[in-house]
Amino acid sequence: MKLDRHVAALAVFGIVFVVVLPLANAAGLLSDYYLNLFGKYLSLAILALGMDLIWGYTGILSLGQAIFFGIGAYAIGMCMMLEGSGKGVYGEPVPDFMIWNQVYQLPLFWKPFKYFPLAVLGAVLLPALVAAAIGFLTFHRRVRGTYFAILTQAIAFAVWLLVNRNEMKLGGTNGLTDFKSLLGFSLGRPSTQRALYVVTAVVLLATLIICRWLVRSKAGLVLQAVRDNERRLEFLGYDVNVYKIFVFALSGALAGLAGLLYAPQVGIITPSQVGVLPSLEIVIWVAFGGKGTLWGALLGAVSINWLRSVLTGTYPRLWPIILGALFVGVIMLFPDGLMGLGARVRRFLGPVRMGGPEMAPQTPPSSSRPGEAGVLLEDRR
Amino acid sequence: MKSVLYVEDLTVSFDGFLALHTLGLIVESHERIRLLIGPNGAGKTTLFDVLSGHVQPVNGRVLFKDDVSLLGRSPYGVAHLGVARKFQTPSVFPDHSVMENMVLAAGRKGLHSTLRSHGSRADHDRIAAVLEQVSLLQHASMSAGALSHGQKQWLEIAMLLVQDPTLLLLDEPVAGMSRVEKDRTAALIDDIVARSTCTIMLIEHDMEFVRQVAGRGHRVTVLHEGAVLSEGSLEHVQSDERVVKAYLGRGQLVEA
Repeated sequence: MKLDRHVAALAVFGIVFVVVLPLANAAGLLSDYYLNLFGKYLSLAILALGMDLIWGYTGILSLGQAIFFGIGAYAIGMCMMLEGSGKGVYGEPVPDFMIWNQVYQLPLFWKPFKYFPLAVLGAVLLPALVAAAIGFLTFHRRVRGTYFAILTQAIAFAVWLLVNRNEMKLGGTNGLTDFKSLLGFSLGRPSTQRALYVVTAVVLLATLIICRWLVRSKAGLVLQAVRDNERRLEFLGYDVNVYKIFVFALSGALAGLAGLLYAPQVGIITPSQVGVLPSLEIVIWVAFGGKGTLWGALLGAVSINWLRSVLTGTYPRLWPIILGALFVGVIMLFPDGLMGLGARVRRFLGPVRMGGPEMAPQTPPSSSRPGEAGVLLEDRR
Repeated sequence: MKSVLYVEDLTVSFDGFLALHTLGLIVESHERIRLLIGPNGAGKTTLFDVLSGHVQPVNGRVLFKDDVSLLGRSPYGVAHLGVARKFQTPSVFPDHSVMENMVLAAGRKGLHSTLRSHGSRADHDRIAAVLEQVSLLQHASMSAGALSHGQKQWLEIAMLLVQDPTLLLLDEPVAGMSRVEKDRTAALIDDIVARSTCTIMLIEHDMEFVRQVAGRGHRVTVLHEGAVLSEGSLEHVQSDERVVKAYLGRGQLVEA
């Protein structure tokens, strides 16, 4: 019964977002603008799912997810820049912005990104490798909880500073933009954007299925046990660091994947999407939607970004305040996020029917973990 | 195999304080239970910390099954060898169900195998048998955090049993239990001895429980200030002058 409900939710999601929306767009019922907006939200949902795996399920707060997102976005951005270079006003085989910086030779590290498959591979594998390296160096030194969060935030800040510099040859503060085409398809054409949207929706659906399979596997139980009692797990015979590095690398790969899908649809990637603030925002999405539930992460990413689109148009100055208020409000009033709110309403309406073990009557009020100051950092040795 | 555990010259220093001081101890392979008693600070839990890979000594040898050194290994490495440890305070995973706690404890622990096994179905029969043994089978779907204190202790013991350990380290298994629960725990320990082949090392302060268990002819080791003070049957150690002196003023051993 529980299984059916989830499969049904996945099926409905798949039908609506993979089939109905693009068809409505092709038939002229949904504007290109909105479809593109949805494509952006859905790619960010993949980023949120990665965050949920590492933070919501494993209890490790990473404040550097935007680094991995940035690697993915810049990787595909470089690929698109190179596809467009040579057609620019200067006619040189390097992107225009380099010429303005008197760089006439393509930097070595740009070269692999000329090839689309390598760019895609790099967009996913590089973030995974970087995450695994950070994880390897920190988890083995028993850096955890608050310290890990601060460390990843410091790295995010350092990366932001680096990417901002023109010497990095990544476009400096302007980032990469003015993409013309991808694999020969003009990005300006609605059909290309529609195809990008469909790819994003399919990838998100696949990510959801993979994440669901992961969290229901025994490895998923281990990850949730890391959150609750890492030491007990070690004495049971688990090499906990392997699991932590794995989930961090996976969350990095998902963030990279999100960046890969995001950049061609939005048309620009700048350092402002790589640093500390965007990393923090991802935390807010997941907390808002409900951490530790996959649908919550998806819901949080889509709803907050939709709110942003709506509100930054009308009240651009108020947006940061609204976002902050939302975050504080969620933590104070419903620590389990939108998903928890749903469960509460159901409980309030009375015992309708038991959906699954998490609704079973003997379950205690989930050990009073969230809600207090510890909501962000579950550092219990 | 002559000895399950051979400890020689074991010295543990915490910033100069010697928690264990040239401790020597042999648990023979035919022994089923060895009781460890001693006043607070005697080094009982520290000894377990060394045996389970949590603390590394500055000196000494610890051999498991005659020739496997337990030193220099991580806690998970020691667990893989077949040394399972129960902590003083019940440490189960409160947000997981009883069944999920057992699934975590049983079976293979490597990432590649846990990724391939389902979180609620793995090793089902074996788990059911052990849960039956600790009378928690009917609570299998309950969240572990909702169990009573005594049930949590039994769940943790079950989580160790399901690993088929060679050496089972129980640190104060009846701490905080009611009399009835203590009796049931004593019966459970008898049952473990009867049904499996593991050797149990048991730290306990509760003298009535110690008498209950040691009364079945098991040896008792008294630790004091990081070393073995006396060893033998319960009657033997209770009549040992040095033991009486060590406990003097605490009264526990003599009067209980």
